[in-house]
Amino acid sequence: MEIIVLLKQVPSTESFIEIAEDEMSIKKDDIKFVINPYDEFAVEEAIRLKETHGGSVTILSAGTDKTVEAIRTALAMGADKGILINDPAIEGCDALGTARILAAVLKDTPFDLIIAGQRAVDDDNFQVGLAVAEFLSIPHISMVIKQEITDGKIRCQRTVEGGSVTLEARLPVLFTTQRGLNEPRYASLPGIMKAKKKPLDIKTLEDIGLDSEKAGKPMTKITAMKFPPERKEGKIIEGESAREKAAALVMALREEARVI
Amino acid sequence: MIFSETFEKEIMLNFDLTKEQEMIRKEVRRFAAKEIAPVAGDLDESEEFSVELTTKMGEIGLFGMFVSEEYEGQDMDYLSYIIAVEEIARVDGSQAATIAAGNSLGIGPIYYFGTKEQKKKYLPKLCTGEALWGFGLTEPTAGSDAGGSKTTAVLDGDEWVINGSKIFITNAACEMTMGVTVQAITGTRPSGKPEYTCFLVEQGTRGFKAVPMHKKMMWRASNTAELYFDDVRISKDSLLGEVGDGFHQMLKTLDNGRLSIGAMGLGGAQGAYEAALKYAKDRIQFGQPICKFQAVAFKLADCAVEIECARNLLYKACCLKDQNRAFEKEAAMSKLYCSEMMGRVVNHAVQIHGGYGLMKEYDVERFYRDQKLLDIGEGTSEIQRIVISRYIGC
Ligand SMILES: Cc1cc2nc3c(=O)[nH]c(=O)nc-3n(C[C@H](O)[C@H](O)[C@H](O)COP(=O)(O)OP(=O)(O)OC[C@H]3O[C@@H](n4cnc5c(N)ncnc54)[C@H](O)[C@@H]3O)c2cc1C
Repeated sequence: MEIIVLLKQVPSTESFIEIAEDEMSIKKDDIKFVINPYDEFAVEEAIRLKETHGGSVTILSAGTDKTVEAIRTALAMGADKGILINDPAIEGCDALGTARILAAVLKDTPFDLIIAGQRAVDDDNFQVGLAVAEFLSIPHISMVIKQEITDGKIRCQRTVEGGSVTLEARLPVLFTTQRGLNEPRYASLPGIMKAKKKPLDIKTLEDIGLDSEKAGKPMTKITAMKFPPERKEGKIIEGESAREKAAALVMALREEARVI
Repeated sequence: MIFSETFEKEIMLNFDLTKEQEMIRKEVRRFAAKEIAPVAGDLDESEEFSVELTTKMGEIGLFGMFVSEEYEGQDMDYLSYIIAVEEIARVDGSQAATIAAGNSLGIGPIYYFGTKEQKKKYLPKLCTGEALWGFGLTEPTAGSDAGGSKTTAVLDGDEWVINGSKIFITNAACEMTMGVTVQAITGTRPSGKPEYTCFLVEQGTRGFKAVPMHKKMMWRASNTAELYFDDVRISKDSLLGEVGDGFHQMLKTLDNGRLSIGAMGLGGAQGAYEAALKYAKDRIQFGQPICKFQAVAFKLADCAVEIECARNLLYKACCLKDQNRAFEKEAAMSKLYCSEMMGRVVNHAVQIHGGYGLMKEYDVERFYRDQKLLDIGEGTSEIQRIVISRYIGC
């Protein structure tokens, strides 16, 4: 089975994020980058599928020079090859633009299954996987917590309010991951050495037949970026009894917080 | 012109690690944070060697990093191995000890001096972390002074017969131990000095007993053993190298081992320093974080400087070794400096934590204890100074 994983490199959640001077982006100089956690589930699931069904796992990413690190990590985990679309135009892309670029690569790549993170934790767009499926005219199943493939069909489970649903579709399919799908493995040290010898194709937009002027052009634009307002200090309600405290709380909610 | 260009390139210093080395650091750090950090304090407290954790460390490839793939090793350079030890030590000294001793003392001598058959027999299991191997040098009467050794081996027909005992042997008496390399006296040299030879003794050999040692101050989750040899008979080919090679093998093994002890000092210092820096930013006294007091800030600045120096020295020693150049002097310097440097750093780290630093709830308490071994094991600080002073021509 040929499996493609869509992977994005994002700032590590442990990094200290600062908003840049332009107030529309973040400062990227001093931050550490990692594989988007939802994409890490995708890599793990793809490797497990390969281990049971055979085939190969290809990592596909649109990014910069730095993104090589993330792809190499996925290769060290056990993926077989990587494709990086590295083009200055990608920097300014919106979700739809990224999806268009990834889909353009996939038009010429054979695959049975595509796995993507439900969202990237930096931009939180929830769009790329979905749009890629749309561009390729294949079924899309979102936020999967369990999957099973038999006879060319995939059955996916996902949670819905108060329960779960099982969806079925004929391959090729694109599904996106939800927390709980699996526990990603570490890139083992022998894996890191083996990754060195695995193929990693780096291409520009032109190489994949896209016009960088048009393909990278965003249809949406970020106009402002702000931190959430700083939390005010909490207040502990004093009182002799629960009844007294409840009364004081209701009063505070009405008079001070004005929420009821 | 061309000549001078290449010449310029060759003498240029390069402080960057390779991509692979960076990845190793990142992955081992992630592993240590997730798998070791949550249990390190408890294992220390209960003085428990963890088979589970050792197996996991084996699974990600922490054993046999410098061994060729032929024997299930990872075929990496020595610096990669040292970075891995450093990252484990950043979180816990005991687990770093299991790794460092397992590699430098357990795997090393078999890999460097063993026959093909011996390597085939033992290394695959040791390199995958399924089993451990000890290196028995120290005896109750022979610590710094190997000349005080009493353990002997006598050839009797087709068998060697070993008698004697060893003390403080790491990884030698746990459920995973497969055997030990033991140094014994096999005769007298023409100079009148004893002739030493190393032997491979498997666990379970008749007359060989390995007993765990308890009540340690440090490395409490690492396995330390006393070994007893009572007419232990082993086959003629259980010898490591040739008769009389023992002393030379021991020196070579310790040269490598010094790098990994250095890595433990460096990593431990890094861990303690990071904990102290974080604490100093969070702890408020007199209305401000204590890191704003110059007395505290300067301690942290000193730690940062010393750690940087230690890392440069240790990596340089590894770099020399990886290029097959003489590294022995730098290895001794690294062992001495990294170990004692960690002592200064943990002292500051506990001081910065105040009373809390003396409580087991805080990791620096464990780091403070674990450091002391580094001044003593694999050649005391005094012995390192003797070695270095000889190298510089005193
Ligand atoms: C937890 C642990 C694990 C260990 N693991 C191993 C292992 O796996 N294999 C192994 O073989 N050994 C191991 N050792 C033993 C360790 O290497 C010895 O403890 C060490 O070499 C010191 O020997 P000693 O304890 O007998 O001290 P001694 O040699 O008795 O030294 C006592 C003091 O005298 C000083 N001294 C001695 N000679 C001189 C001199 N000429 N000039 C100046 N000062 C001197 C020393 O520096 C020290 O301060 C381990 C020890 C410990 C505690």
